[in-house]
Amino acid sequence: MSDTDPREIVLKGIGASPGICIGKAYLVDKEGVDVVKKYFVPKENLLNEKNRFKTAVKKARDNLHKVIEDTPEELRDHANILKTHVALLRDKMLYGKIIEIIEKEEVNAEWALRKVSADLQATFRKMADTYFRERATDIGQVSDLIMQNLMGTDHENIKDIDKRVILVAEDLSPAETSQIQLEKIMGFVTDRGGVTSHTGIIARTLEIPALLGIDRATSIIRNDDLIIVDGSTGELIIHPSEQTLVRFVKRRIEYEAHKAKIARGNHLPAKTSDGAVIHIMGNIELPEEVVSVKNYGGDGIGLYRTEFQYLSRSDFPSEDELSDKYRDVIEVMAPNPVTIRTLDINGDKAISRHPDSLEPNPALGLRGIRYCLKKPDVFRIQLRAILRAAAGFDNVRILFPMVSGEEEILEAKVILNEVADSLEKEGFNLSRNIKIGVMIEVPSAVIMADTISKEVDFLSIGTNDLIQYTLAIDRGNKEVAHLYQPLHPAIIRMLKRVSDAARENDVKVFMCGQMAGDPVYLPILLGLGIRELSMSPLGIPTIKHVIRQLKFEDTERFAESVLRQTTAEAIMKLLKDTYGDILFQKNNIQATDQQPQ
Amino acid sequence: MDRSFKEFSKDVVIVNELGLHARSAARIAEIAGSAKSEVRIRKGEEEVDAKSIIDMLTLGCAKNSTITIKIGDYDSDINILNRIVELVESGFGE
Repeated sequence: MSDTDPREIVLKGIGASPGICIGKAYLVDKEGVDVVKKYFVPKENLLNEKNRFKTAVKKARDNLHKVIEDTPEELRDHANILKTHVALLRDKMLYGKIIEIIEKEEVNAEWALRKVSADLQATFRKMADTYFRERATDIGQVSDLIMQNLMGTDHENIKDIDKRVILVAEDLSPAETSQIQLEKIMGFVTDRGGVTSHTGIIARTLEIPALLGIDRATSIIRNDDLIIVDGSTGELIIHPSEQTLVRFVKRRIEYEAHKAKIARGNHLPAKTSDGAVIHIMGNIELPEEVVSVKNYGGDGIGLYRTEFQYLSRSDFPSEDELSDKYRDVIEVMAPNPVTIRTLDINGDKAISRHPDSLEPNPALGLRGIRYCLKKPDVFRIQLRAILRAAAGFDNVRILFPMVSGEEEILEAKVILNEVADSLEKEGFNLSRNIKIGVMIEVPSAVIMADTISKEVDFLSIGTNDLIQYTLAIDRGNKEVAHLYQPLHPAIIRMLKRVSDAARENDVKVFMCGQMAGDPVYLPILLGLGIRELSMSPLGIPTIKHVIRQLKFEDTERFAESVLRQTTAEAIMKLLKDTYGDILFQKNNIQATDQQPQ
Repeated sequence: MDRSFKEFSKDVVIVNELGLHARSAARIAEIAGSAKSEVRIRKGEEEVDAKSIIDMLTLGCAKNSTITIKIGDYDSDINILNRIVELVESGFGE
């Protein structure tokens, strides 16, 4: 802390995981390791800077030699590794390159080391052979040794922080967050990222507050600064004043109390006051999220998005890889249902990441079932993986996305049957109880819901896309975003049509869009006969809590009067007048699930 | 220059199980380090510095790959070249 009292700064970001935490900031860089500052070294001091680096290397070398000497004979393998490290310390590509960068770029030794080491590690990580890929670790360890000597002994390493801190980073990616001891983390703040980023998912799973997308967080916040993170409102306060602190401590207590109250009902069924049971399911993207679905009292997985494994890699995932992941989820959730949605992106693009191959209008382009039917090889591998993972279980449902009519369903079913036959020929004992369903998210599928129902076991309404396609609104476009209205009478009538078609054909109707996770829409959805809702795990307790305060009989009548309204505004007014006290409670934890379902 | 390229380089096959891994690369670098001229190793299209372990590792040489070892000056470093070839042929004594 400096002598002068620093001014309180309030910044606004995206609240990706609710809750409030107050604590000291700890800055890490993209790889989840301590931030190394870059500064320029004046020409006349460059010689000094290079010598400082050489001394650090010499120290590391002396230390290693000493360790090697003290290594007993039976650990010779280990000593050999250390000998290689000694040789690496003076390797041209590391040592020589770092000296070169200090000189050419006139920067500090730490920065040069960090840069060279990161580049080398990246080169190795790209290599095909496992042995060579793992050499990245050697480079990392050798660099750490030098870095410790450069930064001095009082420097703390993220791996051994012993107090709880709020992690501040530019961005954190999956592999990187795994290095951090998460139990030491009270909250996350990042410059980049959004609700659906990996950091967001991790934070929600761990139930710790997270604020993402705060532009200059890492340049404004310094190590050890006192900060407040409010993941519910999206506020970040740096150097809070005495009054602000008191205010947030109070808010934190309120929030925790509210959460505890709702959590007590987590594992009770979502039953209306007159006994109608609604199944409340979780939407997940990573197998790890199953834990939060269970913790929050979810009755199953209503939507398992499978795109993640096709992203951020250069090749397609293998059948075995996919099958293992699916199996994890199915096993943990059994006997509760797991709804696996087949690939809903253009897999070629996800993998190639060619910016020039972008379609001008991807929302209306080659994605979902269209892509899969065009690339049956990719589709078959995923279907094989699902069927193999489902063997021995009867809780698996397969969900086809972006279906616009009957032909696509028939075609997909033909491929599914072929895949099942060939697996059985190969000797697999497949489960006979797999349910097949389609997403209802394209308006034509709503119109055809009656014939579609004859071909499937269930329908799942994806409201985000359905609303976008029906109202012709791109939510990301600021000019028209306000016209994105879930309560538009056209949408309500569509829901009614789908629900009626499903009932008449005796198939189940579910909902897995954002509308399903927002308590405001509950009376309408219940009244229209939707008996299974799937949402971000975090939203489950609130939805259950609100359902218990509703009476099913009333919602049926309420839905009828909603259907008579002609504007979204009138429907909202009706909701407020009838259910205002239940639906618009402060502190309600909403499912912030902004992905297209 | 009247000597042909051949005189400066030799092909050799990696015979040890682990390929050109860190420990073996370290031994090549040790020998190459005392050469007066450049010592380089080529595999296919790629060529690296035999004085750098890291550079050699990036070749990713598995067992049975053929590498070409080159020296920049015959007179001063032919012994170095021969010693490296011998080391590789012996499977690094593993």
